[in-house]
Amino acid sequence: MTELKYLLFLGCVIPYRLPSFEISTRRVLDKLGVELVEMPEFNCCGFPLDPVNHDMMLTLAARNLCLAEQQNLNIITLCNGCFGILNHVNKELKEDKKIKEKVNGYLKEIGMEFKGTITVKHLIHVLAEDVGFEKIKETVQKPLNQLRVAQHSGCHVVRPAKYIGFEDPENPTTLKKLIQVTGAKCLDYMDEPECCGAPIVGVNDKIPLQLAREKLDHIKAVGAQAMITCCPYCHIMYDLNQPRIERAFNEKFGIPVLHYPQLLGLAMGIAPEELALKDLRVDATKILNICS
Amino acid sequence: MAKIEKTPETKASEKMVVKSNEMDPRFKYEISEIPGAEKVMLCFQCGTCTADCPISRFDEFYRPRKLIRMTQLGLKDKLLSNDVIWLCSTCFTCIDHCPQDVGIASIVRALRNLTVERGRMPGIYKEQASNILKTGYAYVISDLRLKKRQEKGLPSLPKANLEGVAKLFDVTGFSKTLEKGEDAK
Repeated sequence: MTELKYLLFLGCVIPYRLPSFEISTRRVLDKLGVELVEMPEFNCCGFPLDPVNHDMMLTLAARNLCLAEQQNLNIITLCNGCFGILNHVNKELKEDKKIKEKVNGYLKEIGMEFKGTITVKHLIHVLAEDVGFEKIKETVQKPLNQLRVAQHSGCHVVRPAKYIGFEDPENPTTLKKLIQVTGAKCLDYMDEPECCGAPIVGVNDKIPLQLAREKLDHIKAVGAQAMITCCPYCHIMYDLNQPRIERAFNEKFGIPVLHYPQLLGLAMGIAPEELALKDLRVDATKILNICS
Repeated sequence: MAKIEKTPETKASEKMVVKSNEMDPRFKYEISEIPGAEKVMLCFQCGTCTADCPISRFDEFYRPRKLIRMTQLGLKDKLLSNDVIWLCSTCFTCIDHCPQDVGIASIVRALRNLTVERGRMPGIYKEQASNILKTGYAYVISDLRLKKRQEKGLPSLPKANLEGVAKLFDVTGFSKTLEKGEDAK
């Protein structure tokens, strides 16, 4: 059996804007017997630097991977962006000698070396693959049978398939299955694998809002009572930005957006206060009423 | 009978006319040396990337197919001064759907990197890069937020090794690029 012990790579955006994701994840993983080890130090995964300097991104990501190698622990990330970058760089450096040499040349200057001894997993991969659906099911005490939700896995946990290969990017089912374990019904809707647009916020704000609005429209059309995400950036687009989208397009959604561990936590019978449900921008009271 | 709307003809000044003296035949080789962009010459212009691109649906200028063709033709100056390249949201749909495995998003990344080397960088990236240099993180996380973490019972956020991060900015040559960068859109 795989030892359920991981080094938590928290990333920047979760401590900056979404402690609710961290709080609910810690609570739920504790209940599942997953041990999280804190990183003694880390830096940004490198994601925001790829567009401006690829080598800089590779090196910053590799530095984090080296820190994990020193601890001899596999990494768990909660953010799709961190996962996408760290997993990609880890695999690329393991496979491509030339790039590894180049990056190690940079790292040598700070007394570090990438060896390629660990793996990187996202929360949903750890839950589906290492913890397993059976074990999760055992912890569900209050099945959410009355709840109908829609999932949004986001991009960097499924694409590009060449570096992730965990599931079919055209029809990602991991998050769906994780939702079904809680007893909630996961509804299909149009263009499920579509991007939230968050990575270009700051360069262009109009397009991401249009993309997010379209997704909320599709979700509303199938009658979902809530949306479930597993990435902080996607969550910001649909939850924090939902009132802004409603104003900009003169539409009303009122769709609560929950981090997956918040949904699982409710099914486990954990009190809503312990899952930081009050931190959500879109009021989730109606979800709590359906669940109780 | 339904009225057929006639599309207004594009003005000659708006059409992109390709002039031979603007083409740098070496550019495609330069690009294909960059990791991830090796297969730029394999693109046969089927347009799958543009058809499946979420950004192209909402922007009338962002067309990945066109960016790849311009790269093949060597329209270097046009590409590296065009703010449209900053619209890719890196959803990687184009990479997964390309029948020739061209790695379109990686080529767009290569074009962005070259633009930055020339001294043009969107303000948001400059800001995040400076944040990383100052704090180790892409955002400046205020003392208030750090205090709130404690109140919520979360472990304190470790301080990043700023010396190490700064050294890496220097050895990759990125520090210098960051200094000279003027703001793109």
